Amino acid sequence: MTRRTVARALVYLSLILATLVVLLPLTVVFLTSLKSSKEMANGSGALALPDDPLNFDNYVTAFRDGQMLSAFGNTAIILVVAVGGTILIGSMTAYAIDRFHFRFRKLVVALFLLAALVPGVTTQVATFQIVNSFGMFDSLWAPIALYMGTDIVSIYIFLQFIRSIPVSLDEAARLDGANAFAIYRKVIFPLLKPAIATVVIVKGINVYNDFYIPFLYMPSEDLGVISTSLFRFKGPFGAHWETISAGAVLVILPTLLVFLFLQRFIYNGFTRGATK
Amino acid sequence: MTDTTRKAARPVAPAAPAGPKRAAPAPRRTRLSRRLTPWLFLVAPLALLLTFTYAPIANMLAYSFTDWDGVSPELNWTGTENYTELLTRSELFEVFFVSGYYLVASVVQIVLALYFATVLSFNVRFRNFFKGVLFFPYLINGVAIGFVFLYFFQDGGTLDSVLSLLGVGTDHAWLGTPFSANTSLAGVSVWRYLGLNFVLFLGAIQSIPGELYEAAEIDGASRWHQFRYIIAPGIKPILGLSVILSVSGSLSVFEIPYIMTGGATGTETFVIQTVKLAFQFNKTGLASAAAVVLLLIVLAVTWVQRRIVPDEKVDLV
Repeated sequence: MTRRTVARALVYLSLILATLVVLLPLTVVFLTSLKSSKEMANGSGALALPDDPLNFDNYVTAFRDGQMLSAFGNTAIILVVAVGGTILIGSMTAYAIDRFHFRFRKLVVALFLLAALVPGVTTQVATFQIVNSFGMFDSLWAPIALYMGTDIVSIYIFLQFIRSIPVSLDEAARLDGANAFAIYRKVIFPLLKPAIATVVIVKGINVYNDFYIPFLYMPSEDLGVISTSLFRFKGPFGAHWETISAGAVLVILPTLLVFLFLQRFIYNGFTRGATK
Repeated sequence: MTDTTRKAARPVAPAAPAGPKRAAPAPRRTRLSRRLTPWLFLVAPLALLLTFTYAPIANMLAYSFTDWDGVSPELNWTGTENYTELLTRSELFEVFFVSGYYLVASVVQIVLALYFATVLSFNVRFRNFFKGVLFFPYLINGVAIGFVFLYFFQDGGTLDSVLSLLGVGTDHAWLGTPFSANTSLAGVSVWRYLGLNFVLFLGAIQSIPGELYEAAEIDGASRWHQFRYIIAPGIKPILGLSVILSVSGSLSVFEIPYIMTGGATGTETFVIQTVKLAFQFNKTGLASAAAVVLLLIVLAVTWVQRRIVPDEKVDLV
C-alpha cells in the first residue's frame, strides 16, 4: 500500500515538474512584457515581478512600431482565403474519389498519397521558381496558393468522413433529379460540417503559425504576417526584451484563447489529422 | 434505405420485366457527361497538386544536374558535379550531424510522451489541466517560441535566474558552444513537439476498452504489467507513426535554429544550409541537389517504416 502511495506521489511530482517546465518560460516572458525599459536596465532579474503590473506601454510599442496590426490583417486575409479554398478543394477531391468510378482513379489516388510523403521544406528551392514565374512572388497569393495546393491531410479527413455518409442519400437525391453538382452542394457538403470544423482548426492553426512560406515568399515589410513581423522584432528591438516579449505575448494570446474555448475540437482535430 | 429507394423506383419501369436489371443504357451524351463529372471536380485540385508538388520535384531534379544560379537565363549541364560536391565537401555534409541531436531529442520526446500519456490515462486529479498544459506548446507560433527561449537561455535570463535561485550560480553561455547550443535547441524542440506525441498516445490508450484494465486488475496485474501487455500493443501503430515523423522531422529541422541562432555556432541544419545556398548564395543547382538528397532519405525512411510496421490505415483505394 505504501509503495502505491509513494508511486502516486512521484507521478504527481513529475506532472507538476512538467507543468513548471512548460509554464515557466511563458510566464517569465509575460512578466517581462510588463516591465519598463528602466526596470530591465537595472537588472532586476528575469523572475522579478514588474513594478507596475498594468504597464501596457510595450504592447503599444509593439503594435505601433512593430506593425503588428497590419500583420494580423494580412494573416487574417490569408487564413480566410486559404482555409476556405482548402475546404472546397479537399471536399471536391474526396467527393470525386469516393463517389465515382472512373478511369485512372487509382492513379489519382496514388498521386495524392505519394504527395503526402514529400516534405514541403525540401522542394521550396524549385517551388520558388514556379511561384515566381506566375508573378505571385511577394504577394499574398503565394502563401494562399501554396497552402491550398499542398494540403493532403485535409483531403484525407474529408475522405474518411464522406465514406461514412450513406450512398443511398446520393441516390435518393438523384432520383429527385439532382445532378452530381447539386448532390455535392446540397447533400454532401452540408453533412460534412464536423469534418469542415476539423479542417478549419488544424489548417487554421498551421497557417497562423507558419513561418517558412511567408518568410520565403513575402519579403516586403508591409506584407508581414504575424510570424514574419514578429521575426523582424529581432533587429530594431535587439536588446529590448520587454518589447520583444510583448510581441510574443500578442502572438500567443489568440492561440491561448482559441485553445481554451475549443479544446475538445482541437484534440480531436489533431489526432485525426496526424494519424491519417 | 437502399432497399426502399429501389422498391420505390421499380414501378417507374414496369414495362420491361424480362429485360436486364439495369435501366436501358443512357444516351451517348449523358454517358459522356457522366464520365466527365469526376474530372470536373478534380480539375482544380489536380492542377494545384501538379503545379505545386510534382512540377517542383521534376524541376528540382533537373536543376540538380546544372550550375544554375536561379536568376540568369544561362545554365550549364554539369552532370553529377553537384552531388559529388555535396558528398566530398565535408562542411556541406557535416550539417547531418546536427540532425543527430534532434534524433536523440525525439527519442527522449517519445519516451516522455509515452510516460505522460500512460500516467494521465489513469485516474489523476486535474487531468484535463495537465493534458492542456502538456499539449499547448504544440499550438504556439514558432517565432514566439524562438523568442521565449532566446530569453530563457540568455545571459541572466530565465534559466540562469532559476538556477541561481536553486543555488547553482553559473555564467554558462547556453548558446555559446556548438554542443551546448545544439542541445539547448533540441531541448526547445522537445518542449514544442512533445504535446502532439502525447495527445496521439493518449488517444490511442483511451481507445483501449476499459474492461481490459478491470480484468487485469482482478488478476492482480501491476501497473507495469498493464502497460506491458495492454497499453503497449494497443499503441503500436501510433508509435510507428511517431518514430517516422521524428526521423523525417529531425532531418528537416528549420524553424527553431533559424529563428534562434540563424545557424550560427554550429547549429546549422540541412534545411537552413539549403535555404542559404539557394536564396543567399544563388546556388540553385547545388541547393537542388541537396534537396533531392534529403527527399530521397526521407522517402527511404518512410519506405523502411512501412515495411516494418505495415500501416493498415492506408486503405484509400
